[in-house]
Amino acid sequence: MSTAQEQMNAQLGAEDQEVVDKFLKDNVLFYGPDRDIMMDHEVSEISDVEARALENAPDAETRNIIRARIETGCTEAFELVENMGAAPGAKWGDMIVGVFSRNGDLSVASAGGVLLFSVLAQMPVRFMVKYWKDEPTVGLKPGDIFIHNETRYGNIHNADFSVIMPIFAGDTLLCFAGCIVHEGECGATEPGGIPPSAESPFDEGLRLSPMRVGENYTLKRDLVTFLQHSTREPKLMLAGLKSRLFACMRVQERVNELIDSYGSDAILATIRQTLTDTENEARRRLKTWPEGIIRSTIFADTTLREMVLSKINVEMTKKDDELIINFHGSAPEFRNRSVNTIVSSLKGMLAQQFLTFVWPDLPRNQAVFAPIKVKTDQNSFLHCSDDAATAQSMMSIFPAFGGIQHGLPKFLYSAGERATEIIAPWWHMIDTLLYAGITQHGEFVGNIASDINGMSGSARWNRDGEHAISPIFANYVDLGEQELIEEEIPMMRITWQRLQKDMQGFGKYRGGHGAQTIATVKDTPQWAFITTANMGKFPSVIGSFGGYGSGCTPMCKVKGVDIFKELEADPEFLKSYDTVDLMNDMPFKDGDYITSHMGMPPEVVERGELYCTQMGPGAGYGDVLERDPEMVAQDYRDELISNWTAENIYGVILNPRTAAVDRKGTDEARAAQRKQRLARGKPYKDFVAEWETDAPPEHLPYYGSWGDPEVLYRGSPDRTCSADAIEPTIMSDPAELEVARMRKRLNDMLDRGVGAAFKDG
Amino acid sequence: MSDTKARPGRVAITEYLEVDLRTERWHCRRCNHDIEAARNNYKEGLLVAQRDPREVHRPLINEDRYEYTFAPDPEWCRLVEFYCPGCATLMEVEYLPPGHPITRDIELDVDAMKARHADKLEETEQ
Repeated sequence: MSTAQEQMNAQLGAEDQEVVDKFLKDNVLFYGPDRDIMMDHEVSEISDVEARALENAPDAETRNIIRARIETGCTEAFELVENMGAAPGAKWGDMIVGVFSRNGDLSVASAGGVLLFSVLAQMPVRFMVKYWKDEPTVGLKPGDIFIHNETRYGNIHNADFSVIMPIFAGDTLLCFAGCIVHEGECGATEPGGIPPSAESPFDEGLRLSPMRVGENYTLKRDLVTFLQHSTREPKLMLAGLKSRLFACMRVQERVNELIDSYGSDAILATIRQTLTDTENEARRRLKTWPEGIIRSTIFADTTLREMVLSKINVEMTKKDDELIINFHGSAPEFRNRSVNTIVSSLKGMLAQQFLTFVWPDLPRNQAVFAPIKVKTDQNSFLHCSDDAATAQSMMSIFPAFGGIQHGLPKFLYSAGERATEIIAPWWHMIDTLLYAGITQHGEFVGNIASDINGMSGSARWNRDGEHAISPIFANYVDLGEQELIEEEIPMMRITWQRLQKDMQGFGKYRGGHGAQTIATVKDTPQWAFITTANMGKFPSVIGSFGGYGSGCTPMCKVKGVDIFKELEADPEFLKSYDTVDLMNDMPFKDGDYITSHMGMPPEVVERGELYCTQMGPGAGYGDVLERDPEMVAQDYRDELISNWTAENIYGVILNPRTAAVDRKGTDEARAAQRKQRLARGKPYKDFVAEWETDAPPEHLPYYGSWGDPEVLYRGSPDRTCSADAIEPTIMSDPAELEVARMRKRLNDMLDRGVGAAFKDG
Repeated sequence: MSDTKARPGRVAITEYLEVDLRTERWHCRRCNHDIEAARNNYKEGLLVAQRDPREVHRPLINEDRYEYTFAPDPEWCRLVEFYCPGCATLMEVEYLPPGHPITRDIELDVDAMKARHADKLEETEQ
């Protein structure tokens, strides 16, 4: 059956059709997010202008010099922002500076920073090319300054702000310079830029589609004022805008120098050829991987408002020069929770895997990910609808990252060519503090602490992982200096960067340890902490080839205390500055000791109260019983593990005082452990017959497929939907559920005659 | 063994698994145990056990007092371990909710593998 539009078209003559087409083109109601742009992460077709430039392209050596100079310019601009920016994200490197082709593809990026933007930053640029370039009321001209932050036009979350500038050679659009920074505060329903309690996209703060905020290299004060007024940190907004603008201007300066030296066609051709060469090289490398399918099963355990078990079903198929990553059967979206992701953000995070861990030697651009296809179920939490909240998409895309990182070694181990070592999954969660409040200088701030950059490295096939080394989304970033941080905000760390004993990704090679922080505040009239992380009950960092993953990382806190008062009275009051000791020894007589999962909405913190967060370990690699006993002894000496762990996990017998290894005792202990394994292990078929169930257990709030990826569970064994027709899940307010539970308990008590005295009041 | 090289005529697929291209069988790289047909799920030839995750990731803080203890919750999470029947090497660990089906994690194209590594087959025939 033809549609009404098709029927109408059939009745129109060519001339009438032209009139209708022009009318529709001139009267677009709304330039919303463009699905074609948002779904496409591949490199654009070569334009006529690029084709002409490529005909006269300089030789490979000259192109290499031009590309290196563009990258140096981007890195120079990156460092400029690090020194000028006001946001913690700018100071510690959570950003990227890049040059985009005239079609909008990111071709060359700065050496440091957040590489996932490499596959996300092109979308607003492509939007500008498609809609604004020829739009009479907008257009593109030299000196234009565009900004953007909205996820649905390209980005991870609305805390990330860009500045994009077109660069011209004469009248010809040559390329774009762009700078994207995690600025933080963006006027969302909660301070700090990534509100865990967001229930819809309209709770997520400023929603800037690509828009011009300046001309002739000058910001327009009326528009800037609007932007400042729309967030809680007007100073941050202005400082961020200016530093990103100067970064783009510096890149333009470097590109202009190259035009003077080599001519504009050489620059155009280099930018374009870089993309083509990168994609060709990525495809060539993929061809050396074994053909077949690798699967991983990973779970995320929170919506940040309640604990749930959300499945991430990973199936990777490698065929010739392509890799298909399929998430069919993953959890359905939680429409009014912030942990969903749009699919382009998911792709950005997956691209990070290839840019950082698989092919870090390739140019940092979007073409690295071009040979990789991503399949998802529409309306799953990895490909959510337009109506779902996404401010905390990290809760889904980071475990998804962990899922493919767990699977890739099974391709790479026998690959013909590798650019990196075989590596187990990195720690991938943001167990850090978000904060909001009034500083000692009387200013309101809301942002995220730099501890986020201290994720722990995982074990490789030939060595242990590094402790608290770098986040999964960037490899050259910093943690900052505590003294400098304290100059700006009233947040103090009683303990910082202390490695947690026994919190190890055990294995033949162990993962690096995560760092713990014990934070408090002073000299502030009002302050709140927020935390957002998975892994309160179920780890999503899984080990490789028999190695173990992580344990869990809850929030620990001591409320109702003032540590400054205690320390003033007795400087030796605290015998240990360790979270575990604090929670076990309970040194504060009147303190309220609490643990919870890390989904904590803004919580008021009083002077001297203690909030303890903990990054978990990178995953381990290989069988624990193969770990060199001397390496176990060294970990014991370094207080990374206890004697219990040495003996019970690694089967290594140590002298607890000297850490000397008892070789004979160790051989016997390990032999005994192997014997125990053989005794408890059952043949596969017998095990499966006892173990596998047809549906999730009733006590689990389980979301996603169980065995059959076509059938998704939605919180209980009797609530299902098809993966091809996902019904949105609307979650109830946990506080209201708690009130209802308490009311029912009260009524039950009254019915039993207990507490009758309360009945009338 | 601490390198990625397999025995003659075999391809190392993981730290502990290799495929004999001539017989098309999975083998343990530690003890040479013949595990399973290479076109099948190698896990079917291993011993399997499920464990309380607290045996490995033990609670660091008082579990009588606190609900969240740094250990995975055994009501939510179980460790499923796969051992070589020959040498008891721990080859793989899955973190699964109780009763969740086992993941068939590796399903490689054996014919493509044999074509790619034809030189290794010749190695065994010489």
